[in-house]
Amino acid sequence: MALTGVLRAGFVQLRVLDMKEALTHYVDRIGLELVDQGRDGRVYLRGYDEFDRHSVILREADAPGMDAMGFKVARKDDLKTYAARIKDYGLKVGKVAAGEQPGVGKRICFVIPSGHRIELYAEMERAKNGPLIENPDMWREDPRGMRALRFDHCLLYGPNIPEVSKFFTKVLDFALAETVETPDGQIAAFLTCNNKAHDVAFVMHKDPAKFHHASFLLDSWHDVGHAADLIARYNISRDIGPTRHGITRGQTIYFFDPSGNRNEVFAGGYVYYPDSPVRTWTADQLGKGIFYYEKELNERFLGVVT
Amino acid sequence: MSADQRDGFPGPPMFEIVIAGHGLRCPAEGRVLLEMERQGKKFLPVGCRGGGCGICRVEVLRGRYRTLKMSRLHVSVEEQRRGFALACRLVPESDLELRPARRQAH
Ligand code: FES
Ligand SMILES: [Fe+2]
Repeated sequence: MALTGVLRAGFVQLRVLDMKEALTHYVDRIGLELVDQGRDGRVYLRGYDEFDRHSVILREADAPGMDAMGFKVARKDDLKTYAARIKDYGLKVGKVAAGEQPGVGKRICFVIPSGHRIELYAEMERAKNGPLIENPDMWREDPRGMRALRFDHCLLYGPNIPEVSKFFTKVLDFALAETVETPDGQIAAFLTCNNKAHDVAFVMHKDPAKFHHASFLLDSWHDVGHAADLIARYNISRDIGPTRHGITRGQTIYFFDPSGNRNEVFAGGYVYYPDSPVRTWTADQLGKGIFYYEKELNERFLGVVT
Repeated sequence: MSADQRDGFPGPPMFEIVIAGHGLRCPAEGRVLLEMERQGKKFLPVGCRGGGCGICRVEVLRGRYRTLKMSRLHVSVEEQRRGFALACRLVPESDLELRPARRQAH
């Protein structure tokens, strides 16, 4: 197996203002599976095509946004290795006990220079009704709503993008798949730890620890259209799309959950290999990079975060 | 104020919302920002429409209203008491006068 170290974006914990409204949105509309509700009130969800127990955690709070994003590593030993490397780099590393999230082993946590809390973990229980593995059908029960297969990535907003980009590549062994360079330096980083075009991305923003979106994978461009129909039918707050990104090439639509957290559902995107060169967008072509068809930047997409 | 007669047809009462000199008619139970958008008007910026991003923050200078749950990061309990609100979560109960009050990024 060639893929080692950090495997993928594994979970995101989001704060919502109203759990009931959030569940209608994430379960009925996006189509995630409801795994369970923890004793502390947090609710655990996952995409129907994910093997691990959960990938989205919702917590009711008085301000929306992201608590933490977790990445799964291949082996338990990796946690020790990365903890040491992160400390060497100069960040404090904390520990989260096994079971703090049901079904999840020990985690390590740290706050990166953009202000976001990132966690690594090696073990998560398999989902009870996960994807079939023997003569596997496409799914167990026909998928609901937008038919999201899995949680895929997040885009996060905060300061110190060049430093964050360096941290992920030098310390966590990610690759910079795509970057946005201005005369004043790097303002965005699209980072991958596997064959996806990105597992996490960062865009420069004055305020630290801001959440731009959590993204879920769909099967096809037709499913993006179906998602758009659901957004229209159920008066979901739409941001932009259906459209395509120049960056990552994803076909996409953006919308907001009932608490104002942005979501994306998308299809497509290129396959990244460790020997792929970095793709660069310049400031004057950034409109096309972000919205390939519209070719113009949109203030809401650039400025609205939780 | 029951203003259904103002429109000459039955329906929810309509209230007159004044935002920095611009006028908007908003039905009782309507949310000010969504109504503004529906009518193709643009005097407040529109973001998440869910009380999360804070971009539609206003100060209510006059009138009665209620608010749906809003991010405390953008409207604290104290600010809410002083009349600050997020227009996407603002439901009028009378005519209102508002002032845009978007917080500068800190
Ligand atoms: S539009 Fe986001 S808080 Fe009103
Ligand atoms: Fe995305």
